[in-house]
Amino acid sequence: MRLSRLSRTTLGVVTALILVVVYVPLFVVLVNSFSTSTSLTWPPPGFTLDWWVRAFQSAGAIEAVVTSVQVAVIATIISLVLGTLISFALQRFEFFGRDAISLLVILPIALPGIITGIALNNFFRTIMGIPLSIWTVVIAHATFCIVTVFNNVIARLRRLGTNLEEASADLGAGVWTTFRLVTFPQLRTALLAGGLLAFALSFDEIIVTTFTAGSGVTTLPIFILNNMFRPNQAPIVSVIAVVLVLVSIIPIYIAQRLSGSEQQRR
Amino acid sequence: MTTTAPPAPPSSTHPAVPRPRQTPARRASVILSTRPRLRLALLLSAPLFWLGIVYIVALVLLLITAFWSVDSFTGEITTEFTMANIIEVVTGSLYQTVTLRTIGVALAVTIIDVALALPIAFYMAKVATPRMQRILVIAVLTPLWASYLVKAYAWRSVLSQDGIFEWLVAPFGGQSPGYGLPATIITLSYLWLPYVILPIFAGLERVPDSLLEASGDLGGKTWSTLRLVVLPLAWPAIIAGTIFSFSLSLGDYITVNIVGGASQMLGNLVYTNVGAANNLPLASAIALIPIVIIFGYLFLVRRTGALNNL
Repeated sequence: MRLSRLSRTTLGVVTALILVVVYVPLFVVLVNSFSTSTSLTWPPPGFTLDWWVRAFQSAGAIEAVVTSVQVAVIATIISLVLGTLISFALQRFEFFGRDAISLLVILPIALPGIITGIALNNFFRTIMGIPLSIWTVVIAHATFCIVTVFNNVIARLRRLGTNLEEASADLGAGVWTTFRLVTFPQLRTALLAGGLLAFALSFDEIIVTTFTAGSGVTTLPIFILNNMFRPNQAPIVSVIAVVLVLVSIIPIYIAQRLSGSEQQRR
Repeated sequence: MTTTAPPAPPSSTHPAVPRPRQTPARRASVILSTRPRLRLALLLSAPLFWLGIVYIVALVLLLITAFWSVDSFTGEITTEFTMANIIEVVTGSLYQTVTLRTIGVALAVTIIDVALALPIAFYMAKVATPRMQRILVIAVLTPLWASYLVKAYAWRSVLSQDGIFEWLVAPFGGQSPGYGLPATIITLSYLWLPYVILPIFAGLERVPDSLLEASGDLGGKTWSTLRLVVLPLAWPAIIAGTIFSFSLSLGDYITVNIVGGASQMLGNLVYTNVGAANNLPLASAIALIPIVIIFGYLFLVRRTGALNNL
């Protein structure tokens, strides 16, 4: 199949158009963070830096960022361990019920967030009698973050095969040494990519979080939802959004560098 | 360098590889490497414990809670078996209307997203140079990191009466759709678009270029190559993308609150019954509707192999 110049150009233009539409709302948010209007009027009536100053002084916003980072870090660590274990089990072994387990891993993100949320809310509150806290949020987040780690690690394991591990075992290395010196170094970038995704997923989650967070637990998305409809707080939400997008460029850049350097090594 | 005596071959009593010391770790390693079933059991125990206890038990209990009821005087949950909630949800006209509306929105969002994702994913995978491809992947991924809420809010401001949409189309006699179901569909399509693009892009990237060239050499025109070679190979990835947009739309209630005006989706009914109405059994019964729909959908598409492409 050879694409004509015309169809290549058309595809390029369509791609560019879609990306423009994708970025316009984000651009509107950026502009609104400098706008004197509190009701998001377009075009903006005037320019101010007031919201940026107030956002960085807002104790609520800073506290919410700290809470979100704590939840995301712990949930990511749990999902890294569980996701790696389960990928090894499913990739290296044939056993009865393998398909059922791979469905079980996918289920927490395949089912709508509200199902996971209400199921866990019901489980913690009504059945177990555990009061909702930051830990119930961590447990919920780790549950649906496992799949991102799982996807990355199992794809890597599939590609690696077992030749190097067998060679290592033939040369006398035990299970642990082989894992430490042969398997783990080859998995490292997959773990980083999966971990980054898990962190992002947890950091941004709102639906499951509303159902599992204790009354004093305010993650960043909950903070944003609480402040979005308050006229004097809404532009601060825009500032937070702009900062988040800017900060997010760093991990995306790292992930791209990793996959790029790996392609060159192959 | 002299060529006198060659190095003596290692004698059988002193092997080149020293015997490993018998540490507990070594002994465990020996036990593990001879017993694959034990290895499998150890690998599976922690994740299965977590997913089984936290997730499956919670889901099953949700199912059971749907058959309980709430005492209207005390507000306490009565653990007596009743079909009342299920009957109300299945026969109530409110629930039927909202279910149909929710499925309609989820289908519309899925169709729009696939229609937008196919050209962009194809361009990324097969047309763009490697450098351009990397830039495009970043361009598609970056909005994922912007908060879900902020993106929904951004569309609220884009579509508002004095927003940028009105400002752009007013000179041509157009009008912003305002808040309601169309705004909900637009916003949800926007939110889930990256989730649909990425699996389709990954799927198209796996289609070898040599197959496309072979099809061209054998006289296949662009369209027949796309239809007969690319589409069947990328189909599981496309279905994987639709699982995301369909499922995420089915359960959403926050976007509807932000841009949907007075429209309600299934998620809103669940949310009201958990929160304000404090009727967990009824909420559980309503939540069974999307569960049944999603399982039906997963059942329909499981033969395509889409579940391995998520």
